[in-house]
Amino acid sequence: MSTQDNISVNLKVWRQDGPNDKGRFEDYSLKDVNTHMSFLEMLDVLNENLMKEKKTPIEFDHDCREGICGSCNLVINGIAHGPEARTAACQLHMRHFKDGETITIEPWRATAFPVIKDLVVDRNAFDRIMSAGGYVTVATGNAPDANALPISKVHADSAMDYAICIGCGACVASCPNSSAALFTGAKIAQLSKLPQGEPERKQRVKSMVEQMEKEGFGDCSNFGECEAVCPVGISISAIATMRTEYVKAMFS
Amino acid sequence: MEVADKSTFKWDSKIPTGPLTEKWKTHKNNVKLVNPSNKRKFNIIVVGTGLAGAAAAASLGELGYNVKAFCIQDSARRAHSIAAQGGINAAKNYQNDGDSIWRLFYDTIKGGDYRSREANVYRLAEVSNNIIDQCVAQGVPFAREYGGTLDNRSFGGAQVSRTFYARGQTGQQLLLGAYSALMKTVHSGKVEVRTREEMLDLVTVDGTAKGIISRNLVTGKIERHAADAVLLCTGGYGNVFYLSTNAKNSNVTAAWRCYRKGALFGNPSFTQIHPTCIPVSGEYQSKLTLMSESLRNDGRVWVPKAKGDKRPPNQIPEEERDYYLERIYPSFGNLVPRDVASRNAKNVCDEGRGVGESGLAVYLDFADAIQRDGLKAIQDRYGNLFEMYQKITDENPYEVPMRIYPAVHYTMGGLWVDYNLMTTVPGLFALGEANFSDHGANRLGASALMQGLADGYFVIPYTIGNYLVEVTPGEIDTDHEAFVEAEQKITAELEQLLNIKGSKTILDFHRKLGKIMWDKVGMSRDEEGLKEAIAEISALRKEYWTDVFVPGQQATYNKYLEYAMRVADFLELGELMARDALERPESCGGHFREESKTPEGEAKRDDENYTHVSAWEFTGVDSAPVHHREDLVFENVKLTQRSYK
Ligand SMILES: Cc1cc2nc3c(=O)[nH]c(=O)nc-3n(C[C@H](O)[C@H](O)[C@H](O)COP(=O)(O)OP(=O)(O)OC[C@H]3O[C@@H](n4cnc5c(N)ncnc54)[C@H](O)[C@@H]3O)c2cc1C
Ligand code: FES
Repeated sequence: MSTQDNISVNLKVWRQDGPNDKGRFEDYSLKDVNTHMSFLEMLDVLNENLMKEKKTPIEFDHDCREGICGSCNLVINGIAHGPEARTAACQLHMRHFKDGETITIEPWRATAFPVIKDLVVDRNAFDRIMSAGGYVTVATGNAPDANALPISKVHADSAMDYAICIGCGACVASCPNSSAALFTGAKIAQLSKLPQGEPERKQRVKSMVEQMEKEGFGDCSNFGECEAVCPVGISISAIATMRTEYVKAMFS
Repeated sequence: MEVADKSTFKWDSKIPTGPLTEKWKTHKNNVKLVNPSNKRKFNIIVVGTGLAGAAAAASLGELGYNVKAFCIQDSARRAHSIAAQGGINAAKNYQNDGDSIWRLFYDTIKGGDYRSREANVYRLAEVSNNIIDQCVAQGVPFAREYGGTLDNRSFGGAQVSRTFYARGQTGQQLLLGAYSALMKTVHSGKVEVRTREEMLDLVTVDGTAKGIISRNLVTGKIERHAADAVLLCTGGYGNVFYLSTNAKNSNVTAAWRCYRKGALFGNPSFTQIHPTCIPVSGEYQSKLTLMSESLRNDGRVWVPKAKGDKRPPNQIPEEERDYYLERIYPSFGNLVPRDVASRNAKNVCDEGRGVGESGLAVYLDFADAIQRDGLKAIQDRYGNLFEMYQKITDENPYEVPMRIYPAVHYTMGGLWVDYNLMTTVPGLFALGEANFSDHGANRLGASALMQGLADGYFVIPYTIGNYLVEVTPGEIDTDHEAFVEAEQKITAELEQLLNIKGSKTILDFHRKLGKIMWDKVGMSRDEEGLKEAIAEISALRKEYWTDVFVPGQQATYNKYLEYAMRVADFLELGELMARDALERPESCGGHFREESKTPEGEAKRDDENYTHVSAWEFTGVDSAPVHHREDLVFENVKLTQRSYK
């Protein structure tokens, strides 16, 4: 961790003109980086400099910059979202880098997440997995009183532990098999803890798992990398729950 | 309805007659219904997939309409609603503490400083309870008591506990609920979601909304989409100030383009400035982070008594500190409403008593609370917020007081809509933060989420039918000359921006605009400053169109081209906001005019002359807009001056 107020960094950034371009690393150096800057603000500054030289800026995804929307997706020095545990790239600050350090920045890499441009990838596969079954069917206006069905605090809290997934895809990017098991498992686990999830329980897990496979995500071999990089700390127990649910659904 | 000027503009707020408590019920019984077998013949465009848009698209899809929903992000789930932390209000009275629909209505209308419609606000309070039922049924894991029932908390100084929450991620959980309903309708084929596709214009035929022009943000392709109705659910425009708590993609473009096509813009200058945000740390700052309002329940706000006192906070003895909120407002203390807290922070900093390097911050101190309740209790209550604060500032708030400063947070203004949520352009509706409707001059905490979901789940499914029964479905297709023309105009505009190749970046302009807005159209406003702002923004806009540099090409992914269009529209909006603020010399809610204050320096309304909504009509980029007013009639509540002393 840097204690200086300003540092210089060298950046190796993945540039790719479009889905069909091969792509390459390009080198940049940036001086006077205030260590209170966020990582994305550092990229903003780099882009401003590039534009002042009439060059094409680097494309990257971002929106909330608060670690909740799941837009940002950078592999920093080989780690999805960078070196700080439980921190999305947008919440990472430059104080965690050393003066003179070389930082590599790459996009999520997975067959199911094709690159659109530079560091921006297509994650629509996640939407299709959700669309296959990540919901409770309840037409608007058709709900009983919210307190009609008590749910124990333990179950509600546990459902929340899985529900906080931000859908960023770091789990896929970090997995040697590019598996989406943590993402899919989190939704299945959330709804399996709640009585509202019960009626569609079996169909849900079947459809979502099938869709996940169709999208070209790999199998899970319990590496655990996903849990390690997850910016909100979703537990790998989600995957175990998904497996149990799947087996139950197939054999009953 | 009175129209103050001589223009021939026709509009009507369509508030149903009858007693307040019966209006919505009666209206629902009277709205015309679309025959179920006809619904599939209607195409509806929903722009935006935040709480308002996702709820509307899902509900209309379920009813059988053909829906196309658009969003800027790569997934509907990433809309800015995801970032809401605190909670959502409803009048369930589960805590048996005397809450009711009437109380929620009254608090909201009073909180808005009597600048919203009774009928709309009452309906909002009425449907609030259905929202909670709906969300729970979707599997939203709200916080619960040990007995299994739902937990509530008191929020934003409310005297009852009516706020439902899911840890510090209420917006996320509500949006994921609405998103899941949306994805289900995608699965059943009733809704198509077009992600990374930005609406750049509204297409009207004979003054009626018939579709939109959009840009595919991946390929740059300009596309035409026809529809029988267009729902604008595009959120707020706080980013006109450059720095705000809004997500980076939040913008005004869609609403602005509708304004240019004839939709009136309601109360554009009504902006909420939230008192507890992490202060700006440097020129590179790209956005501001909100620290939940709940922190003021235990934190004490103070600054040094002496000007320019640069000692570290723990070296400033107790008697040299000014706990100014407690001093000025002995009965509400640190829990005064947002606008009051924000203005006082500005005042002490203007006096030269602000803290931190920039002098633009005040302390929020938990030392007393920790001593009183113990470290553990404070950790349990605010642990995640303290962690977030430390991540950003590298300071430990358990040991050093937090530094906070107000930041732009929410825009009460938006497209003017009638009781049916229809704008002055027939067929164009506005929902959620994009409309002006329910919060008057100041929004209460936990009521934006409520309004977005109320509009989307429970209002529009009824009111849209009333319009559609008069429409022949599919009348206009995308070959119509109105589409051809609109597409050409947008293409030309994008080309023009790319061809300027000037010397300044888009950000240079956005920052400058933000500074003008913050200094002159921000927390305190006066005639002189507002007039200056109008001139300065207009000059900045001219400079923009001759000296901005927009990189890259049209036909690729190009984030800075998107940004360039949005800043172009902010440069028009900023001027309208200044005009609106100038037009209203009274102070009300978040709108504080230096000319209108009580002897103690508090905001002073002028009910006799300003109990109205200002709605503006576009007449051209460089010509003055026409001001219309909708007089507000209060039949059920008595207007009182807010006092927190
Ligand atoms: C940090 C923060 C915390 C908050 N906390 C609370 C809280 O605790 N309680 C509360 O009640 N309120 C809270 N609010 C306010 C509340 O979150 C918002 O007012 C509300 O979520 C807005 O919802 P919406 O559906 O109107 O718009 P948004 O959620 O902003 O959605 C806008 C949608 O429109 C799309 N869009 C915009 N322009 C275009 C275009 N041109 N073409 C296509 N798509 C477009 C976007 O992609 C997005 O999908 C908070 C706000 C902030 C900033
Ligand atoms: S930008 Fe939203 S999570 Fe990082």
